[in-house]
Amino acid sequence: MSPNAYLVLSAILFSIGVLGFLIRRNVLIIFMSVELMLNAANLAMVAFSYANGNLLGQVGAFFVMVVAAAEVVIGLAIIMIIFKTRRSASVDDQNQLKH
Amino acid sequence: MLQEFLPAAPVLLVLLGGTIAIIFEGAVPRLVRPTVQAAWTLLVLLGAFCWTLYGWTVYQPQLTAMNALTLDGPAQLAWMLLLFFAALGALLFAERRVGGGESPFAPNASAVPSSQVEREAIAARQEQTEVFPLLLFSVAGMMVFVAANDLLVMFVALEILSFPLYVLSGMARRRRLLSQEASLKYFLLGGLSSAIFLYGIALVFGYAGSFYFRDIDLAIQANAQSPWLLLCGLGMVAIGVLFKIGAVPFHNWVPDVYQGAPTPVTAFMAICTKLAATMGLLRLLYVALGSLRWDWQPMLAVVAVLTMLVGSLVGLVQTDVKRLLAYSSVAHAGFILVGVIGAVTTVNGLADDRVGSVSAILIYLAAYGLATMGAFAIVTLVRRSGAEATSYASWAGLGRRDPMLGVLMTIFLLSMAGIPLTGGFVGKLAVFAAAWNGGYSWLVLIAVVASLITAGFYFRIVWVMFGQTPNSETALVSPGVGTQIVIWVGVIGTILLGVLPGPLLDIAINSAGFIR
Repeated sequence: MSPNAYLVLSAILFSIGVLGFLIRRNVLIIFMSVELMLNAANLAMVAFSYANGNLLGQVGAFFVMVVAAAEVVIGLAIIMIIFKTRRSASVDDQNQLKH
Repeated sequence: MLQEFLPAAPVLLVLLGGTIAIIFEGAVPRLVRPTVQAAWTLLVLLGAFCWTLYGWTVYQPQLTAMNALTLDGPAQLAWMLLLFFAALGALLFAERRVGGGESPFAPNASAVPSSQVEREAIAARQEQTEVFPLLLFSVAGMMVFVAANDLLVMFVALEILSFPLYVLSGMARRRRLLSQEASLKYFLLGGLSSAIFLYGIALVFGYAGSFYFRDIDLAIQANAQSPWLLLCGLGMVAIGVLFKIGAVPFHNWVPDVYQGAPTPVTAFMAICTKLAATMGLLRLLYVALGSLRWDWQPMLAVVAVLTMLVGSLVGLVQTDVKRLLAYSSVAHAGFILVGVIGAVTTVNGLADDRVGSVSAILIYLAAYGLATMGAFAIVTLVRRSGAEATSYASWAGLGRRDPMLGVLMTIFLLSMAGIPLTGGFVGKLAVFAAAWNGGYSWLVLIAVVASLITAGFYFRIVWVMFGQTPNSETALVSPGVGTQIVIWVGVIGTILLGVLPGPLLDIAINSAGFIR
């Protein structure tokens, strides 16, 4: 099995994540884009792990999953309090701090 | 097994201290909890500092914690600096007198600002004492980050140090909307940068087949050419760390977060995050990617030039002291990068008793930290109707009203500008010398020009403080014991480092060797 297809898929997922982060204005969607990027990295690590013939990358993917779960807890808490305060989940409304 | 972990005990101690502090949240009565938490945090940081000091005299440089951490000179010295500055930060966290008996943090961070719930929380004198365990966890993450021996540990440490900071940034007592906005911006951009960092790790892993720095170095040396896979990985990993350092073009969060976050958090974040990220970057570039020096030096040189110019030029037009300190921190990130680019280490022909890149950067960070910590402590003292007033207009004539405070602030600003007889001068000299010896004389010339420009905006604040007529609406509150300790430690340290740099130079030179 060649890992190339998986690596291409991972690169595509990562690009979608970056694009989503840059283009979308809803905080939740932006947050989902970040999670997509983390998962793209996971896929790449597992594919490379298979190609290199060791398990390090697969172990790494587990660590990333735990970190991503912690990130969800922190992120949703911050988004929740912002939403409760402003009744808006658009990043364009977060504009009180300026140069 | 346990023996393996003993040299890493300071990290474990801080983590354990944080966990016990969380137990205190439920076990200690509400009224005494702030005092107990602050005292416990200081005790834990002090204990970890003493243990690091002990380990420094006892342990040879070695790999520890089952090869996850490296215990060498730079790691131990960075640990000591981190714990020292974190303790000063904790003193600012615990300060109540400047806020009129109120802590600098929101009484109930999850309540909607100016809602009924918040009013009740204020009336009941609630407090979020969780800030202390959050500080401890963040420090633990930073300590692991500077000592990490493989990329995966580095990623996990980066997240451990960041998550508490995201939360802490959003907990200011006053101007809660700004604080929450800063928290959201920091979180989203931080999440993006760590995702890029992680993808870089995946690419480097794909090239080298291992996460360990030593194996990566061996894999690079075994292949004559450096393929795109590795170069992309190097670039993405560098972006992740440069974001934390606050280098242009990844600096956008710095002014917003520094301004919005509670000032004690800003002070802690400004120094400790920069220290941890810089030392992590050094280890990554010198140990794992040392053979790629010719690839990353020009790349970082571009970043350094941009960082110095943007930091110093945009700083000139600021009208807010906290934002100005943020842009000054961006400019300092550029000066630090100048030292990183020099890459003069004992590995590539530095004599044992000379100042190289690593020792120069450690001294620079110590000097920068002392001055910044003191400056932010003074920022907490200038208030208007209870909230901090940070615009230049409200700082007008401060030095005339309280000459002592004005002089202290001036000393910190002079040190940041790199004027002789202050710590900042010694740091800048060491960093620039390292870059010069590394063959980057043109970069040093740009850095000198940039530091002249930064001197412009530091002197502007001095002029605002002494040259303008006092603003009567601004109140100068008298500092509590904690803030006073921070300010005086900052001043004494800054001057000592400037007048007698010898001892610290010797220590830094003797502990500048990374092991692999």
